[in-house]
Amino acid sequence: MTFLRVTGLTKSFGGVRAVDGVDFTVRANDVFSIIGPNGAGKTTLFNLLSGLIAPDAGAVILDGEDVTGLPAHQLATRGLSRSFQNLQVFFNMTALENVMVGNHRHTARRFLPCLLGLPSVRDSERRTRVFAEELMHYVGLERYIHAQAAAMPYGALKRLEIARALATRPRILLLDEPAAGLNPAETAHMDALIRRIAEDGITVLLVEHDMHLVWSVSDHILVLNHGRVLAEGGAREIRANPQVVEAYLGHRARER
Amino acid sequence: MLSEFLQFLFSGLTVGAIYGLIGLGFAVIYNASHVINFAQGEFVMIGGMATVFLMAAGLPMPLAVVLAIAGAALVGWLLARIGIETARGAGVVGLIIITIGASILLRGLAQVVWDRNFHPLPPISGDAPIHVFGATLLPQSLWIGAALIAIMAALRFFFDHTRTGKAMQAAAIDPLAAQLMGIDIRRLVRLSFVLSAALGALAGVLVAPITMTYANVGVMLGLKGFAAAIVGGLGNPLGAIAGGLVVGIAEAMTAGYLSSAWKDVVAFVIILFVLLFLPNGLFGRAEVHRA
Amino acid sequence: MSNQLLQRHGGLALLAAIIAAGPLFLDNGFHYNVAILAGLNAIVCIGLNLLIGHAGQISLGHAGFFALGAYASAILPERFGFHPLGALLTGALLVGLLAFAIARPILRLRGHYLAMATLGMGIIVSIVLDQKVDLTGGPDGMVVGDLTLFGQALRGNLAWYWLVGALLFVTTWMALNLVHSPVGRALKAVHGSELAAAAMGVDVFHYKVLVFVLSAVLAAIAGSLFAHYNGFVTPDEASFIHSIQLVTMVVLGGMASIAGSIVGAVALTLLPQLLADFHDYEMIVFGAILMGTMILLPTGVVPTLAARIRERLA
Repeated sequence: MTFLRVTGLTKSFGGVRAVDGVDFTVRANDVFSIIGPNGAGKTTLFNLLSGLIAPDAGAVILDGEDVTGLPAHQLATRGLSRSFQNLQVFFNMTALENVMVGNHRHTARRFLPCLLGLPSVRDSERRTRVFAEELMHYVGLERYIHAQAAAMPYGALKRLEIARALATRPRILLLDEPAAGLNPAETAHMDALIRRIAEDGITVLLVEHDMHLVWSVSDHILVLNHGRVLAEGGAREIRANPQVVEAYLGHRARER
Repeated sequence: MLSEFLQFLFSGLTVGAIYGLIGLGFAVIYNASHVINFAQGEFVMIGGMATVFLMAAGLPMPLAVVLAIAGAALVGWLLARIGIETARGAGVVGLIIITIGASILLRGLAQVVWDRNFHPLPPISGDAPIHVFGATLLPQSLWIGAALIAIMAALRFFFDHTRTGKAMQAAAIDPLAAQLMGIDIRRLVRLSFVLSAALGALAGVLVAPITMTYANVGVMLGLKGFAAAIVGGLGNPLGAIAGGLVVGIAEAMTAGYLSSAWKDVVAFVIILFVLLFLPNGLFGRAEVHRA
Repeated sequence: MSNQLLQRHGGLALLAAIIAAGPLFLDNGFHYNVAILAGLNAIVCIGLNLLIGHAGQISLGHAGFFALGAYASAILPERFGFHPLGALLTGALLVGLLAFAIARPILRLRGHYLAMATLGMGIIVSIVLDQKVDLTGGPDGMVVGDLTLFGQALRGNLAWYWLVGALLFVTTWMALNLVHSPVGRALKAVHGSELAAAAMGVDVFHYKVLVFVLSAVLAAIAGSLFAHYNGFVTPDEASFIHSIQLVTMVVLGGMASIAGSIVGAVALTLLPQLLADFHDYEMIVFGAILMGTMILLPTGVVPTLAARIRERLA
């Protein structure tokens, strides 16, 4: 079943086409990876899909609904959330509060009740807190629940962003280089976490440079180069594709 | 009609040139450090007031002017050293507040060290007006114009042909890359404060014969200079000067044709208009969304 | 959770106790005067801190909103026969609408640009108050009538003390409710990262406008009360320096700290009185406090002390 369909998506910056007529479809509950050399347009594509920038042309259909050009907070309402390549943690809060922000759309957030501290708000806060604590356990950060985000190590912050995104109760989760900068043990943990998220019924879109992780978790892989789709398929097909090897994997393979 | 218009134009160009000089100081500091120095107007005040009191102490005017500018430059260095460097990581809001604090501190010091009175400064070459098509032009206005052109030429030479000037330009474009290339950013930031303090003090000496000088003279002049810098596109030195002329002429025309009471509003209405509708300034180059 | 709730209620109880005990320590009219002004400043600062400290949006023009509230209470009863309370509410409403109208374009700006735009807005207000002589009395200011509540004119320091004290308590209570609710968390998220806040479903712009309007309305209400209490208003209430004083109180007390706003407001209302004999040095001290706090205690007095105490206990 198709969950996300992207057609002809295009975005230019100052005459350079960062994303150039990209088409693809993502099946529900797949881990769908997008790979490609630096500057291939992966991050721009993610920013387009998550509504941080608006496309020049093309369409994004999420679960049958046209969501092209919707701003990020409305996409979050429709079940799309993300993590960031360069951490965008709320460093002015505790780890738990970070996760609670993710639950914003499901809280009692109307102004007057909040101003008056009505019982409905207090109940909602209690539920949100419990839910956020569960998510901290889920991503393996239980010992950081009361920590200030600013005092947490890098690897933990990567998982904190995922917990925060999960708190939006997403149906599709965009992970932008979740393993960048992680050590092998942390990467193994991330591998398991991504699999578990997918098993729990959330579609995962993954941009990642760590190829071991990509081969390991992906159901489907899309290769971008110069803003265009270069190839698409399962891990085995992609590894065997000479174009991909030439454009992207070639020089890495030779290095290794 | 024409004489009236010319009269307003002359006064607008004169005061606009001063705004431009002050705006230039904002641009120089912004380029080196991405700090908006709200104490820029106080450099103007120091230039004027120090000259007044050094002359009162018996120094000849040229020497008094040079010492006043040097004094302002020293204050600029201290501000960079104490206020900016020790508070790295304070963020945009923090740095704004620090320079506002410096501005209030300097004004308070000026009132105590000097006084709260208005002081005139003699014009550079007499005050016999020159008549042009029925309008009068003060010789001081010509001096201001000449100083502005000389400074633009000197800065152009500095930025294009000296090692330090080129380093400052590089740092403005990409501080990180500049640092990796071995450019000492801290030294550049200090230098930018010194340079822009000197520019401000010079503006203070030039404007004092026309507006008089006093401990709080820098408040409005500083804000107008900031307006000039924003109208010109923050961080664009030539734009700052053009922006200063735009603000000055708009003010003079409002004062002349409407009412002098509303002239200060004009500057701020222009700022809001530019900020809201032309976020790159009238002449381009700005980073509204990179706060 | 219970710990946090305890802290919140403990803080409120402490505030109530201090306000209630105030008259035991206030000896004369001058003391009451300082206490009442400190309370009004604290109300403004609580709103301003939600804007600056929590949501991370600077304003260098809030004295403009304060002055508009003050002038509403000066002009509407005098010229248009409003009941003083009606004038206060109308003033708050009009300022709220004005803030809403300008928030939409202004809050798209960030950092220096937002500082400049709010500063310009404040200065425009002060010049208009200065120049509309027929309506505002111009630079000489204008006399303001009494505030009447239930047909009674509010006169005397003690009555004003209880009114301002009660209002400060209610403002603090509401601000604490807000801070510990999804709205407060959304404001902090906007401060922390607008990108991430949006991706988490927070309508960033909505919250910026909300907190801007809220802080403007609080400033207007405090301005109205100030006008009645003082019996006189001048365009100086809208001055740039007044806006800076308000920001200084917020910064000194502590960004994103409600208790800090109150401490900062009280300290900086008291300071000029303590320095009255050294009037010439007032600006030097003010400037030095502003610079010194930002450089040495960038989070402000109350959060720094709180962190120290927590370290001790831990």
